[in-house]
Amino acid sequence: MRILLVDDELELVSAMSERLNLRGIDADYATTWKQALKMAEEKKYDLALLDVKMPGLSGLELWKLLKEDYPEMKFIFLTGHTSQDDFKAGLNTGHKYLLKPISFDVLLECINQALPDSPKREG
Amino acid sequence: METGSNQVKIKTLVNKIKPRFWDEANHPDQPGLFNYRRIWKLTVLCVSLVSITPLLVLSFMDYNLSRKAMRAEASFPILRLVSNTTLNVGTFLQEKTSILDFLVQNTEYENLKSSDYLIDLLSDINASFGGFADLGAINSTGLQTAYAGPFDLEGNDYSREEWFNEVAQKNIYISDVFRGYRNEPHFVVAMKKYLPGNDWFILRATIDTEEFNRLIGSLNVRPSSDLFLINKQGILQTPSAFHGDVLERVRIDLPEPDSDSAAWKADDDIDFSGLVECGSTDSSMVTIIESQESQKFLGCSLVAKSPFIVIAVKSQKELMQSWWKMRMELTGFMIISIASILLVILVTATYLVSRIHDADIKRTSALHKIEHTNKMASIGRLAAGVAHEINNPLAVINEKAGLLKDLFAYSDKYSKDDKLISIADSIIHSVERCSAITRRLLGFARHVDVEWKKVRIDSIVRDVLGFLDKEAQYREIQVNLETEGDIPEIVSDQGQLEQIFLNIINNAFAAVEDKGKINILISSYPQHIQVRVADNGCGIPPENLKQIFEPFFTTKGDQGTGLGLSITYGLVKKLGGDLSVESELGKGSAFTVCLSKKFNPAGSPDMNCHT
Repeated sequence: MRILLVDDELELVSAMSERLNLRGIDADYATTWKQALKMAEEKKYDLALLDVKMPGLSGLELWKLLKEDYPEMKFIFLTGHTSQDDFKAGLNTGHKYLLKPISFDVLLECINQALPDSPKREG
Repeated sequence: METGSNQVKIKTLVNKIKPRFWDEANHPDQPGLFNYRRIWKLTVLCVSLVSITPLLVLSFMDYNLSRKAMRAEASFPILRLVSNTTLNVGTFLQEKTSILDFLVQNTEYENLKSSDYLIDLLSDINASFGGFADLGAINSTGLQTAYAGPFDLEGNDYSREEWFNEVAQKNIYISDVFRGYRNEPHFVVAMKKYLPGNDWFILRATIDTEEFNRLIGSLNVRPSSDLFLINKQGILQTPSAFHGDVLERVRIDLPEPDSDSAAWKADDDIDFSGLVECGSTDSSMVTIIESQESQKFLGCSLVAKSPFIVIAVKSQKELMQSWWKMRMELTGFMIISIASILLVILVTATYLVSRIHDADIKRTSALHKIEHTNKMASIGRLAAGVAHEINNPLAVINEKAGLLKDLFAYSDKYSKDDKLISIADSIIHSVERCSAITRRLLGFARHVDVEWKKVRIDSIVRDVLGFLDKEAQYREIQVNLETEGDIPEIVSDQGQLEQIFLNIINNAFAAVEDKGKINILISSYPQHIQVRVADNGCGIPPENLKQIFEPFFTTKGDQGTGLGLSITYGLVKKLGGDLSVESELGKGSAFTVCLSKKFNPAGSPDMNCHT
């Protein structure tokens, strides 16, 4: 299974992808929406983790673009902000919505829920 | 004891009718509020002055006018009595002098010089007219040449008598009443007649005053009034019912003749000449004299060509009785009018000022609430901003610590090193704690408007207690949270409920001493859920209990705004609930929040609070 992590915070996504890689999950990361779109073109991802608040295109806007091009793709949203609008928007997408900082176990569980059929490598 | 309990009764009565603004004279901390007591006082004073002054002035004028009219009316009968009497007395004297004049003119002097003739004459005129006591003829030298009467006065010399000189000059003379030889009151009429050869003589007659007295007595019909004659020296000439005996000085203070006012002379030197003059020009006058016992009307008039002054005295009491009755009615009417005007003014002023006061309090409290809401919103935004800013770095720390732990766990060298793993775990755990704090902050900051959704009351109370955990530990306050029955979810607003419980529990924390006790009991009733927060703190005095939910009511002095509980109360009401308080001084207080299970935000809740 391939996961794309999108967040403007490089330190966050790099550490996160490394931890997922350690567990045998193929996770790449992008820090801008342009980079994310480019990477999605190059490689097929099963799941995208999107930060809601990003410079340029927000996570939600990026989600709309990705959803159109890759209807098979699953999504999980991340945010550090818990304002009403974010919540409502996140809930409206029908996808999981996680608050930063995220417990890694919770993240893994969400990934497993989103991609139940995918083969998974523990390790 | 009796007076003490009465004082307490009066005090409670005064407290009951005392308007609320009375004790709130100054609001140095509330620039929007006035000194309502002063406004009330000014209103009452101005309106009372404006409405009562004209009433008083009019009443006073009316009083004076009516009194004058009544006096004029009352003095009229006196005037009539005096003038009637004057006329009658005048006629009487006129009759006597006319008889004497007739005798003098139609009788020869030679005859008159004979006492025998005079005796016949006396019996003749007494038979025809009556009233003559004696007759005497006196020649120009003053010698009584003939006399007819009860005494032997023939040959008396009157040349040095004052009356003789007077009659010599004026031709006619009427004396004052005197007692004379017979010791009976009488007076003398004398007339001068010229004889041929420039000689003259005087015919003198003594008149009995009995007929005189009868005449005056018959004129005075009322027993309460007094009618009599005096001479110019103030000596009584006829008997008086109340003012002395005949030939005594009259026992009455006579008026200054040329003055209407009530300035009287009581000494012996009364100048009756003025009174006489007054009587002669203006036939009679009526005035009011004041004696120590009562006021009296006094009428007087000079009888023309005589030394007599007619005096009529009537007690004012009799004449003015109707006036006094009217005066009583007038005074009573005025007192009732003034009392009712004052009552209306007091009630109206109190009502209006109370309304202004209440309106101002509402306005100021609304302003403060807006201010408070704005403040809360700002704090919320600030908290949200801070929490958000902190969440991102926290996430980084979290991931980095997680990565560190993973690296250790996946490496052969360190996977057995529990210490390293536990260090990483403690970092992750601390991050979790931080994130719990920021989440709670964001949760509180979120709610400004009411947002209806399903909430669990017990978990909200637990959340709130989580905030106060540290303080409870630090002050060793024992907080017990109990639930009674199954607490279902209800539709309400989480943020508002959090604020309500935070305020109430915060108050409980403020009320208890260190190591105090706070019991929170959440119970479920068929219609509502009840949260009772009881502390064993200082309690609230009964007189403060009523006002405790009012805006600006505070016992904390400068420390409190007096808004906490009023805002809490407002929030509970907004959520369709009810907030009540019971307290015992020194033992503690209990605040009870009731929240309806089926609250319809549009309608009013229907429930009873079990406290």
